[in-house]
Amino acid sequence: MAKPVVEGWFTQGDQPALIASKCTTCESPFFPKTQGFCRNPACDGDEFVDTELSRFGKVWSYTDAQYQPPEPYIPASDPYVPFALAAVELPEGLVVLGQVADGFGVNDIKVGDEVELVVETLYTDEEGDHTTWRWKPVAKAGDQS
Amino acid sequence: MTNSNSSIAIAGVGMHPWGKWGKNFVTYGVHAARAALKDAGVDWTDVDYIVGGETVRNGYGGYVAGSTFASALGWNGARVATSYAACATGAQALDTARARILAGLSDVALVVGADTTPKGFLKPNAGERWDDPDWFRFRVMGMTNPGYFALYARRRMDLYGATQEDFAQVKVKNARHGLENPYARYRGEVTVDKVLGSPIVSDPLHLLDICATSDGAAAVVLVSEAFAKKHGLNTDVKIKAISTVTPTFPNTVLDMPQISTDPAVAVQPGELTFKESIGVAAYEEAGISPSDVDVAEVYDLSTALELDWIEDLRLCDRGEAEVLLRAGDTSIGGKIPVNPSGGLACFGEAVPAQALAQVCELTWQLRGQATGRQVEGARVGITANQGLFGHGSSVIVAR
Repeated sequence: MAKPVVEGWFTQGDQPALIASKCTTCESPFFPKTQGFCRNPACDGDEFVDTELSRFGKVWSYTDAQYQPPEPYIPASDPYVPFALAAVELPEGLVVLGQVADGFGVNDIKVGDEVELVVETLYTDEEGDHTTWRWKPVAKAGDQS
Repeated sequence: MTNSNSSIAIAGVGMHPWGKWGKNFVTYGVHAARAALKDAGVDWTDVDYIVGGETVRNGYGGYVAGSTFASALGWNGARVATSYAACATGAQALDTARARILAGLSDVALVVGADTTPKGFLKPNAGERWDDPDWFRFRVMGMTNPGYFALYARRRMDLYGATQEDFAQVKVKNARHGLENPYARYRGEVTVDKVLGSPIVSDPLHLLDICATSDGAAAVVLVSEAFAKKHGLNTDVKIKAISTVTPTFPNTVLDMPQISTDPAVAVQPGELTFKESIGVAAYEEAGISPSDVDVAEVYDLSTALELDWIEDLRLCDRGEAEVLLRAGDTSIGGKIPVNPSGGLACFGEAVPAQALAQVCELTWQLRGQATGRQVEGARVGITANQGLFGHGSSVIVAR
């Protein structure tokens, strides 16, 4: 049974989305989720409701990890296989970092490209698969694949 | 808030060479402190305020660095403070010392930063902390510090046409600058081919694009005008500004170690990015403009970040830093030399000491004492750096 690597941060299913905390006073959506006080300095809001962020965004920038990151990173395989990361600007004006979906690397994206949120397995242990959000390039018009 | 009429003088500076020396950070700090006191001609027993830059990798003694250094130098009854602001630690410590002197509460302040760092990727302290972004980004993303540097580098390439050769040229320049610097850890020529031939750590950055972690220490002695006059101290170099501003909401530029930025729903981002605002605040406080600057020491955690800083400090327009670089304008002898010390490329980073090391270098530059790397006739210098969690600094010194 697949289990999210962190509970309550994203929805599952065909159309997964990140879950933000929306301030009920100024409507700013914060991700990761927050509680207590709104971080907008002009807002004294202290109540939040869960809200799903846009599933599509534009690549702000991207890179990869050619060397295995140090602990507490848990490698998905042995030997280590490099993976790509993308910082993605959502219509809500916030940028969210994530790994790039399996099968895609730095040569598959450019700054400004559209990507879609997907949920994939981050690593597997005795408890089973642990899933996380990732950014998947959206096929451009004219692409063969 | 302009303090240009009540400048504080830098009476002395000192450093311990950067490297991997295998000693305790206190050893380095005391070495640098004694060098700075000697340079100033001030006795430790006359210092009435000591500020230490905290190091987070050296146990309790590192958390209370100010008193650790005071104790090692020998208790002299001075007031004490310890500052922590990640990479901006040294500048914040300096700001604390300056404020107390400006307030008339102290006459002589010693500011010391020292560190000993592990080899390889900097990583978070042990434990399981899901609410700590610095832990979370490693666990769930495998996002290292070079990963963030690489994001900024890639934007330069995709938005402004920078190349990996440009980034390599920054390393080549800084390596050349640092050849004669006795405090630099790496003192050897580097070629573009050598940079491009080193392994890629985080695309597009090669191993030689990314600064190492080092042991090192730097210290600065600040004095009031009255004390300097009474004791006949050298006050040629003055602090004109110390900017330690925080970001403004919404900060929509992804900063290490965060995995996301503020949203721009209720409030739109301001005209300045956080890094730009650091420099702007320094210029405003000093009452000068970027065109007045003769020399800059900026935080080249990666080669590409040096190019970002040149633009953030308004030393050229956005997207134009490669033009300066390619023309040799940022080399010693060029229009606006950047990192004459050799920068982090030649030093590696010793976090709580690094912002102070930048000030030490500019002090030597403005005094004309930067043997083998002197920017001729330099009268105004600026530093810049950015650290974790909304910390950053820019110091302007002038003679």
